[in-house]
Amino acid sequence: MLMKRRWTLYDPRLAWMLVAPVLLLLIFFLVLPIAVMAGYTFFTFVTAGVETSALTTANWHEFLTDSYYSGFLVKTLRVGAITALLCGVLGYFPAYFIWATTFRHKWLLLLLLIVPFWISFTIRTFSWINILGEQGVINVALLKLGIINEPLPMLYNEGAVILGMLHFLLPYMILNVYVSLESIDRTLISAARSMGCTSAQAFREVTLPLSLPGLAAGLLLCFVLAAGSYVTPQLLGSGRDALFGNLIYDTIMGELNWPMGATLSIVLFIVLGFFAAVYTRYMGMSQIVKGLGG
Amino acid sequence: MSGTRRKQEGRWAWRLTGFVTVCVYIFMFAPIVATVILSFNASMFGGFPMTGFSLQWYGKLMANDAVLAAFRTSLWIALVTAIVTTAIGVTTAFALVRFEFRGKQALSTLVILPALVPETILGVGLLVLIKAVDQPRTMLLLVLGHILLAVPYVVLIAQARMIGIRRVYEEAALSLGASRFSSFREITLPLLIPAVVGGALLAFTISFDNTSASLFWRPAGVETMPTQILSMLKISISPEINALGTVMILVTVGIPLIGGLILQSLTKLRRRGEPKEETQ
Repeated sequence: MLMKRRWTLYDPRLAWMLVAPVLLLLIFFLVLPIAVMAGYTFFTFVTAGVETSALTTANWHEFLTDSYYSGFLVKTLRVGAITALLCGVLGYFPAYFIWATTFRHKWLLLLLLIVPFWISFTIRTFSWINILGEQGVINVALLKLGIINEPLPMLYNEGAVILGMLHFLLPYMILNVYVSLESIDRTLISAARSMGCTSAQAFREVTLPLSLPGLAAGLLLCFVLAAGSYVTPQLLGSGRDALFGNLIYDTIMGELNWPMGATLSIVLFIVLGFFAAVYTRYMGMSQIVKGLGG
Repeated sequence: MSGTRRKQEGRWAWRLTGFVTVCVYIFMFAPIVATVILSFNASMFGGFPMTGFSLQWYGKLMANDAVLAAFRTSLWIALVTAIVTTAIGVTTAFALVRFEFRGKQALSTLVILPALVPETILGVGLLVLIKAVDQPRTMLLLVLGHILLAVPYVVLIAQARMIGIRRVYEEAALSLGASRFSSFREITLPLLIPAVVGGALLAFTISFDNTSASLFWRPAGVETMPTQILSMLKISISPEINALGTVMILVTVGIPLIGGLILQSLTKLRRRGEPKEETQ
């Protein structure tokens, strides 16, 4: 007869029982779908909504040869990179300000950064129509002041898409940089100052390098989220500003071409995964974990 | 003098930082404020200028059956998501912090992936799986999908709090004869409450807000609040949408704020009850 081992205080078996629900969810809703999707990229597309399991490389061939797809990919990566860089530049100032300020109600500034996370993303995105649209604040004000005679076309272009993404990604960036600034030992800066550094030098030599992990985590997060976005180009862009996410949605929900949709999803997954892997290779996961709310 | 000039430079750099900070905050809130203001506009068109104060768009909203149905759908999906995610997320965090087991590192990486993988990919992946095994899209699928999206945040929040709770408290209870479950319920859980409430609120808003993945996962004919807004926006920008946006902001900002306030007063009460600091 098999002897049952007695359960120890921190028995691994108990740990597995505790993580089982989440583990099962991750396997069936994350790992398995992506694996099946990878298999689907080799299925044959017959007609809208119909495919056979006859294996083919036609989808990959089409993706790799048709410049329509690579054009989308390049545009998506470009928009993602521009957005992430703008976030980095614009987000560093507030993060530094909140960290360094002697303002008594610092918590309020931090709370205001978290509030946007609570407001529906769709609402935050469409609210830009009230600012940039033909009847938006800017156009109405400029028309009233007589500076322009016709409303400026500010919506439905790439700039508006980037602006919308900037709007939703800036809190991520600011919080990431702030978390990393918070972990700096402030005596290092006083030491630098006491040894004759100007405040600018102390910033350049001590504060900035030590906050780079947070900046890098923020850049990765903003880039991945921007490059994977669907709603923002849909609401603030024209058809020409569609990004890879929109292409995937249209391929699957519009053309009902599931094998091609799966191929495009896997491509996006691999490309963004590549950037994330390069990042973790040099920075590790911990900074992302901290930035996400840990 | 170079010394004073340098000091001047520092001051200007600081002023620039403050200026950019103010601009960023304005940038983040101006569109939201504009939306709230416009929701009270009497004008027929969803835009400026204001032609008068009116609540008519809220009235219209209350009579819009599609919106009300979507609101109810989103509300209960978010409630279920919040409850289930908190329960399974907290136990996972407990296991990840307290226990040593093989594959722990891999699991803690895997668990944050849903927050990093674009929703479009998660959305398509699950649909392809469902199609491969020939199952229909159901509400259950949508709810489980939302739980997947919220799990990373709940686990991370609970883990961060869990690390600060020393295990000796639980072990003391165990050595005094408490069962595993009651030591968790009586000792660990009360100390975890801020993380539990915070995680539940976040899970609620993540579900209530979710757009891209829901577009893929929702059963035919079902609209959640965000997908309803999206389909309304496809037709036109009516002032009704601004009113709807304002109501949503009240719900999603109001609930966490009130929750936070309740939590704060609770901890204050408890502090008064037992003057000694609990952690560390």
